Amino acid sequence: MALKLADYKTTVHNDWCPGCGDFGIVNALQMALAEMGIERDKAAIFSGIGCSGKTSHFINTYGIHTLHGRVLTFAQGGKLANPEMTVVAVGGDGDGLGIGAGHFVAAGRRNIDMTYIIFDNGVYGLTKGQASPTLRLGEKTKSLPSPNTNFNVNPIGLAVASGFTFVARAYSYDVRHLKDLIVKAVQHKGLSFLDVLQPCPTYNDINTRDWYAGEDLAKEAADRHSRIYKLEETHFDPVVHYDDDTEVNEKLAQALIKSLEWGNKIPTGIFYKNETISPFSARLTDKIPNYLENPPAKQKISKDSLPITDVSKLLDSLKV
Amino acid sequence: MSSIDFSWLIGGPQGSGVESGANVFSKVCAELGYQVFGKREFHSNIKGEHSYFTVRISDQLIHSNVNDVTLMISFDAETIFRHYDEVLSGGGIIYDSDLEKITTDSVHTLDNFFRERLHKELETKNKPFTIAGVLEIAKEKGVHLFPVSFKNILANLAEETENPRLKNMVRMFNVIGVSLSLGLIKMPPKSLLESIDSIFYKKPQIAEINKLAANYSYNYATSTFIDFPFTLPGIEKQSDTILVQGHQGTSIGKMVSGCRFQSYYPITPASDESVFLESHEILEINNDRPGSTIVIQTEDEISAMGMMIGSALTGTRSSTSTSGPGFALMAEAIGWAGMNEVPIVLTLYQRSGPSTGLPTRHGQDDLLFAVAGSFGDFPKIVYASGDIEESFYDTGRCFNYSDVYQLPVIHMMDKFLSSSVVTCKMFDPQKITINRGKLLDKIEGEYKRFALTTDGISPRSSLGLDNGIFWNTGDESDEYGHITEDPQMRIKMMDKRMSKLDLILKQVPVEEQIVSNGIHDYTIISWGSTKGPILDALKTLKKEGIEIGFIQVKMIHPFPEEIVKSLIKNVKTIIDIEANHSGQLGKIFKQNVAREIDYFILKYSGRGMTSTEIYDSLKKILQNKANKREVLEHGA
Repeated sequence: MALKLADYKTTVHNDWCPGCGDFGIVNALQMALAEMGIERDKAAIFSGIGCSGKTSHFINTYGIHTLHGRVLTFAQGGKLANPEMTVVAVGGDGDGLGIGAGHFVAAGRRNIDMTYIIFDNGVYGLTKGQASPTLRLGEKTKSLPSPNTNFNVNPIGLAVASGFTFVARAYSYDVRHLKDLIVKAVQHKGLSFLDVLQPCPTYNDINTRDWYAGEDLAKEAADRHSRIYKLEETHFDPVVHYDDDTEVNEKLAQALIKSLEWGNKIPTGIFYKNETISPFSARLTDKIPNYLENPPAKQKISKDSLPITDVSKLLDSLKV
Repeated sequence: MSSIDFSWLIGGPQGSGVESGANVFSKVCAELGYQVFGKREFHSNIKGEHSYFTVRISDQLIHSNVNDVTLMISFDAETIFRHYDEVLSGGGIIYDSDLEKITTDSVHTLDNFFRERLHKELETKNKPFTIAGVLEIAKEKGVHLFPVSFKNILANLAEETENPRLKNMVRMFNVIGVSLSLGLIKMPPKSLLESIDSIFYKKPQIAEINKLAANYSYNYATSTFIDFPFTLPGIEKQSDTILVQGHQGTSIGKMVSGCRFQSYYPITPASDESVFLESHEILEINNDRPGSTIVIQTEDEISAMGMMIGSALTGTRSSTSTSGPGFALMAEAIGWAGMNEVPIVLTLYQRSGPSTGLPTRHGQDDLLFAVAGSFGDFPKIVYASGDIEESFYDTGRCFNYSDVYQLPVIHMMDKFLSSSVVTCKMFDPQKITINRGKLLDKIEGEYKRFALTTDGISPRSSLGLDNGIFWNTGDESDEYGHITEDPQMRIKMMDKRMSKLDLILKQVPVEEQIVSNGIHDYTIISWGSTKGPILDALKTLKKEGIEIGFIQVKMIHPFPEEIVKSLIKNVKTIIDIEANHSGQLGKIFKQNVAREIDYFILKYSGRGMTSTEIYDSLKKILQNKANKREVLEHGA
């Protein structure tokens, strides 16, 4: 029986604020899973802590709501032990780029075949609006006592520098585009990263829906334009086409430069895609040839309650 | 029956082959039928600082080191300065005669604290501050001195074999030292040469050179050294004996128990286990295709913990291995695993804290932290192994407990165990059973991961299982695993989880919780690696007709209160023995049993206890001459 979008929704009451950008992300994620027809019990959504952490409870697949900053660690463990799962990790920008920044970098280096989505809104919403890592230096959102004293993290730049092999940005109110990017991210062979710009209507009074829509850019409605534009509608080519240092370096540098674009024009879409880098499973298979056919979660370890692992050679080598 | 009890000490700068020398010596002794107990002491340093290895051998079962050294081999000055006074009267010191003139001040790695103590001793005895000075003291005590120029050995060897390169092979000093020792005690050289072959099996040329040096040195010792009263020609070999390194109990235990995922961050003294697992990552499986252990070196211990949990959620037996500082970082996630009823095994190789403490030294400092670490009330098991052989079987138990009760198990090990090399009975994998508890392999109908059941344990699904969808959260949750803040559900869920603690005490066999080695008027209560030196001390006392009881607590949390209470009801004096400052088990004991500890025997110098020290302290207690806290100090 073909799965419908409704099958991916739970009946759990959603207590996000009205108008929250998170709704667009959870909807897009459910749509993407339905479009790809991924069996519900073969997908796991891992989430961090904060408003976005509740995402896993709204999706009717395996849902693991983890610890603040640690979502990537849980998700990688799950994927490594059972590689047949489709694994998507989600969390806020404070979760992934503040407390969890070390895991972000380390995950990039591993390139495990899964997807990480950051709900990027510049504030710590659930603790009442403190500045989060992507808030710009000197900006003062409404509940800050004084302007932000820290420089912002560049999620796209950090991702390409860390070794993520698929790096993209989306906007949570463009659900269709976001859904398309999630599909591409999940289908990518390796670790994919999606930075989703997501207004927090309660605490971020700077990067609002109106601001993204460019309401402030011109007096006359006709002259206004959305700040958001799509890279695929430009001549930007994010793909590393062949395994060559010059090619890779050019695409990395291009992604980094593009990621610095901000203000009146904000690029979305794929910044970087490189499938010439081996996913972690290939690196494991080099050492353990049957890893994918016989991963940890599938291995039999006992028969009639007795162990079946044969360590006799090892024990013989210790014999005196 | 006179028994053999011989302790050999080798020392030298780190990186000079002390450990491999000791491994050869231990192997040779074990091959010749002797029981071996070896222990390594080393600095937090890569090259240059002093390290040493003590190998005790006997024809009887032994579980510890003693204070006295029978024979010391030293090819550097620092070893002589630091250990000359440990050699017993009638024992021997083989040393490099080229070192005699070396002064204490010229050995830069001698720290000032030690140098001052040594100077005071030399001043009192009116000796010069040189190697010759300390050796005079040893000689006056009755120690046999065996000077030999290591340089000359190399020179002669080079000449005899017409291989001038050998003249400068100072890296062979360790093999020369071992061979001189074996020659002196007349151990047949055959297994020495075999051991060298097996160590250098990848480098046959190096093996040949080392064998030449070994032969030469061995013959030099037998022909030159006289007047040493100890000969160890070998005894009948026990058929089922193995010689194991400290970490091999838990690591081979993990393989056999079906652990298929281990994540870790490098830390002394825990990483050896993970490296060993990765070195043997492909596993042979009876009548099946090969299995494997995925070993992941993570970016920190927080990640190691998170990955282990993620893996465990797939139904894979998963574990990590760490020491105190890493364990501290894992604390938050242990609570998550407790909340979400995830079976995990955390092998905790303790060292001396607090903070970085004595990073390469021994301590049992983390018991209270293991019991109480992480916030909130949740069930977990803290289980302690007393020696390497136990740790193999205990690893199997820990995985079963974690699966059956669906909770984190902290398996307490320590540096004393991890840096020991011992002979013990061959591990028997068929004595390990595998019980996965309520892990499901098939689900039909509606599924609730945290279904409220009469025994508090819910049937467990795993990521990827058909129809087994569940949710986890660190928040309080309902039976499906969705967040709830309902006060009634909160009470039900807390009661469900916490009820496991009583269930554990009720279901786990008594002998797995507590090992009673006899109960007497004076009875010791202890846990972990103090077991070995306690058993050896009690054996010596028994020979004198003195009986002291000993309760080894293995299940520390939940604490088997009732069993302990009934065991000690007629005991007059309780003696708590632990390698920490505050007597941590004593605190748990007092809290649960509502009885004071009468005497503490404690050691927190960072060095492991010897049976001699425990024997001496117990004697003082029996003679009513002991302090309430007896603090042990032996060891360089």
